Parts: sequence; structure tokens; C-alpha cells
Amino acid sequence: MTATTLAGLTGAALIGLGLYGVLVNVHALRKILAFNLIGSGVFLVFGLVARRGAVAGFAADPVPQAMVITGIVVAFSATALAIGLLLRLHERRVEDAAAESDNRSDNKSDKT
Amino acid sequence: MPLATSPAGYLLVLAIVLPVSGMVLSFVLGGRHAERIALATAPFGLAIAIAIAAEVLKTGQPITYIVGGWSPPLGIALRADGFSAVMLVTSALVLPAAMLYARAYFATPATLREKRAPFAFWTLMQGLSAALAVVFTGGDLFTLYVALELLTFAAVPLVCLDGRAETLEAALRYLLFALLGSILYLLGVGLIYGRFGVLDIALLAERTRALDGDTRALLVAGALMTAGLAAKTALFPLHLWLPPAHANAPAPASAVLSALVVKGSFFLAVRLWFDVMPTLASTAAMTVLGALGCGAILFGSVMALRQERLKLLIAYSTVAQIGYLFLVFPLASGAGAWTAVGWTGGIMQVLAHALAKSGMFLAAGLVAEAVGHDRISGLRGVGRSMPVTLLAFGLGGVSLMGLPPSGGFLAKWWLLLASVQSGQWAWCLVVLAGGLLAGGYVFRVVAPAIAGEPLVLAKPVARGREVVALLLALGAIALGVAPDGLLELIRIGRGG
Repeated sequence: MTATTLAGLTGAALIGLGLYGVLVNVHALRKILAFNLIGSGVFLVFGLVARRGAVAGFAADPVPQAMVITGIVVAFSATALAIGLLLRLHERRVEDAAAESDNRSDNKSDKT
Repeated sequence: MPLATSPAGYLLVLAIVLPVSGMVLSFVLGGRHAERIALATAPFGLAIAIAIAAEVLKTGQPITYIVGGWSPPLGIALRADGFSAVMLVTSALVLPAAMLYARAYFATPATLREKRAPFAFWTLMQGLSAALAVVFTGGDLFTLYVALELLTFAAVPLVCLDGRAETLEAALRYLLFALLGSILYLLGVGLIYGRFGVLDIALLAERTRALDGDTRALLVAGALMTAGLAAKTALFPLHLWLPPAHANAPAPASAVLSALVVKGSFFLAVRLWFDVMPTLASTAAMTVLGALGCGAILFGSVMALRQERLKLLIAYSTVAQIGYLFLVFPLASGAGAWTAVGWTGGIMQVLAHALAKSGMFLAAGLVAEAVGHDRISGLRGVGRSMPVTLLAFGLGGVSLMGLPPSGGFLAKWWLLLASVQSGQWAWCLVVLAGGLLAGGYVFRVVAPAIAGEPLVLAKPVARGREVVALLLALGAIALGVAPDGLLELIRIGRGG
């Protein structure tokens, strides 16, 4: 098995694991991590595509490398947005729960 | 296709640069300036879109712009064919309509310099406008990936502007589906590049036509990209994110999300199968997409019939209407004589749904504001107290049902015609059943609304906002008497 094949299989395995993670996990944070795992696999595949450019006479094709850089930036911002939403959701739930328990204790004190 | 800038190519650059500059300027100036800039640039955006459409129609050819004078494959091209042109015009009409409507909803209070939700709304709307312009004019697969991501990043926060826990949850779910969709799309782009070494759509079209031999890598890439785009378009069974996101968003945001944002990823799926790899669009693959579309029509319509809240009903109706869009794949691909009819029908459905659905969401938003809730059981007599709003909802509904004369009627008529001519009878039955079910869910709202005593409104709404919703719905009806020029425009740039 050549190094290229091995790297390709690794990329495929990462994508498969990530996809499984996204589909199976219930918790959003785990889904976000799994999405990043898929991203790593995809970027590895892009690296291999760049390596194949060597066949055409280039030392390594720069286009897929440029795409990986853009892809990483996009995946990073996407992760940041998702985490931001998740944190805000968590805060909001805590606030809502606190407000609800306040209401409940208010009602109790009304009755007594 | 000649790889040179057309005389009017600069229009494509303007269509992108205008909203991007507006958005950046809004960030810098902040506060209430964001609203002013968004509203001030909108008429220019419409003028540019109309100029592009007029130029494509006049020359009968797509417009091309080579960025920086570097020809593909080294550089990047922008391109607008007839489909791009009509989509640009539609978004340049629907976005400002939603903005005018939203002025009351997202006003910055006179006492404050800046309020968070209005500032975000006006900036994001311009971001949405820019992202859509790139989606509709991008000439290579990777630029389109970036455009798709911009669209998602502008659309997701619009869902949760009010910051309630349930809207945050809906936005997060939307984002997770969209991220999975875009990463699958990106993987497909990588595989296509690995096979051909180019990303430009026109160059790829030449190479896939000339391809003879192993097509497996391309088919895998096509499948991955289609699955990704289907998740973003909310094609059944990947629609789970759409109803909570579209139903919980503020009404002007729901309108643009349903009318335009889901169409962006559909547009790319069409680009993929009709422009990038038309020779690989096998009957089997196209039938699968059509069948999923049928699933969407039936499932979405039945779910719409069962909803208790008006906005959820409209959101499920979007799921159903997206199903019609995917009938364009079995009915317009291949070499049959019917494909031109199927194509025109599919694109007409995109336009008619965009106008009808944005009008309906805006109307539903007004009802919710005036009555204080949007439970369908509590809307008896609302049509007597808000006749203009209900008329907007009803006219939008006429187009969804496919009653003549409306854009929805023409769309469904042509889809039926194409399926009869091509002998694909099964699609006919679903199109007809979908029309009946749409009739059911629209009457479920309209019939009690015009019966009984006028409902007492908690808070009256401004007449101007009712008129905006009505104009959008009237636009969907007006498409039913569309001039031949529009139909000609829709077909420009089509190979067969």
C-alpha cells in the first residue's frame, strides 16, 4: 500500500466517522465536533488531490491547497457561530429555568 | 462558450459589490444607518438586476465577466444566464419588499443610538442580498461553495433575532443541517477537481461531455453534492430543520428564507445536473430526485393540513412546494422534446412560489401582530377585520393551489404537460394531488376567516404593510399572464 492510498483511506475513514457522529449523537456539541472531523477528512482528500497534480508535472498543485485554506477559514467560522448559538441557548435556558422557579415560588407564597 | 468579458459584464460585478459595500458601510457607521443604507441601496439593486435581465434578453446569450482579466481555469468567471437573471430580479423584488415591511418591526428607537436586533437584521439582509448575487452569478464550483456558506451565515442568525430559547434551538438545528450539507458539497467539489483539474462550470461542461470511460468518481461527487444541496434546500426527508426555523423567525425573515434562501441551494443543484454534468444525469438518478420531490409534496401538504399554527402551516407548505421544484430533474433532463416545457414549468414554480410564499408569510406576520397569536382555531372572522391581509394570503394560496390565472397555475400546468408528453404519468398524479391538498390547507384558514363576526383586533397594523404583502401575492398572480419575453428569458443559456 502506497502512502497516497493510505492517506486517502484515512481521509475516507475520518469522513465516515464524522458522518456517523453527526447522525448518531444527540448532543449539539458532539455534532459540531463530528462536523469538524468530517472537515478534517475532506481537507485530507483535498491534500491528496493536490498531490495528484504532481502527475501533471507540477511539484504539487496549488489550487486545492488554496481551497483547503479557504475551507478551514469557513469551517472555523461555522464552528464559532455554532458554538456561539449553543452557548447563548444554554444561558437562555438557565435564565428561563430561573424565571420559572421564581414564578413557582411566587405562586406558592401567594397561596400561603 | 467564449471565455471573454461581455460588454455588459460589469453589471454582474455591480450586483455583488453594491450589497457588499452596503453591508460593510453598515458595520462601520452602525446603528440606524444600517437601515438607511439597506433601503437606499435596494432600488439600485433592482435597477442592476433589471439591466442584467434586459441585456441577457436582448443579446439572447449569457453575460460573462472575467475577474481581473485572468481567464479560467487560472482565474474566476462570473456568468449570468436567463435563470440567473430571473432569480436576480426576483430577489431584488422580494428583499426590498420584506425590508419595507420590516421597518415597523425592526425600527431603532429614537432614544437609542443602536439596538442590537434591528442592527443585525438590516446588516444581515444586505449580507443575504450579496450572498444570493454570488450564488446566482458564480461561474465556478468553489466560488459557489463560498457563496453557499455566506448565504447560510446570513440566514441562520435571522431565525433567532428575538433570542428566545426555541428560536435559538431552531437556528442551531438549521445550522447543523446546513453545515453537513456544505461539507458534503465541498467533498464533491474536491473529487471533481481531482478528476478534471478545473472548477469553471463552462470548462467542466466541455470535459464531462467529452468524457468517455470511468464515470464513477463523478457520480460519487454528484451524489455527495446533491445530498448536501438537498439538506440545504430542505428536500424531504432532509426537511426537518425547516418548519421550526421558518415558523419561529420574525415574519420578514421567514418571507426571505422561504422565498429566496432555499432557492439558492436548489439553483446550485440545477447548475450541477444541467450545466456541469448533463451527460451523467441518468434517468435513474433523476427519477430518484423526482420521487423525493413527490414525497415532499405529499408529506408536506398533509402535515400542513394538520398544523394548529398559521406560520407552521405555511412552513410545511414550503416543504411541499419545494417538492415541485425537484420535478424539474426528471422532466427537463435528457433530450426529449418535452424538456423545454418541463424546464419552463420548474423555473416558473421557483418564481411563483417566491412571490406567493413571501406574501403569505408577511400576511401571517400581520395577523399574528394584530391578533396577538397565530392559532388557526382562533382566527375566525379575521378576514372581516383585516380584509387586505387576508386577500394577500388568499391570492398567494391561489397560486400554491395552481388555480388559473396565476404563476402557480402555469408552473403546474407545464409540469403536467411535460410529464404527459414524456409518458411519466406518475408525476401527474402527485402534482394533481398536491394541488388538491394545497386547496385543503388554504381553505382551512380562509373559510373560517371570512365567516362570522369580525374579529376584534388587539393592535391594528399599518395599511402600508398590508399593501406590501398584497403586492407580492399579486405578483404571483401576475406571473400567470407573463409576457413571452419572460419565458424566452428563462430558456436563454439552456443547451437543448
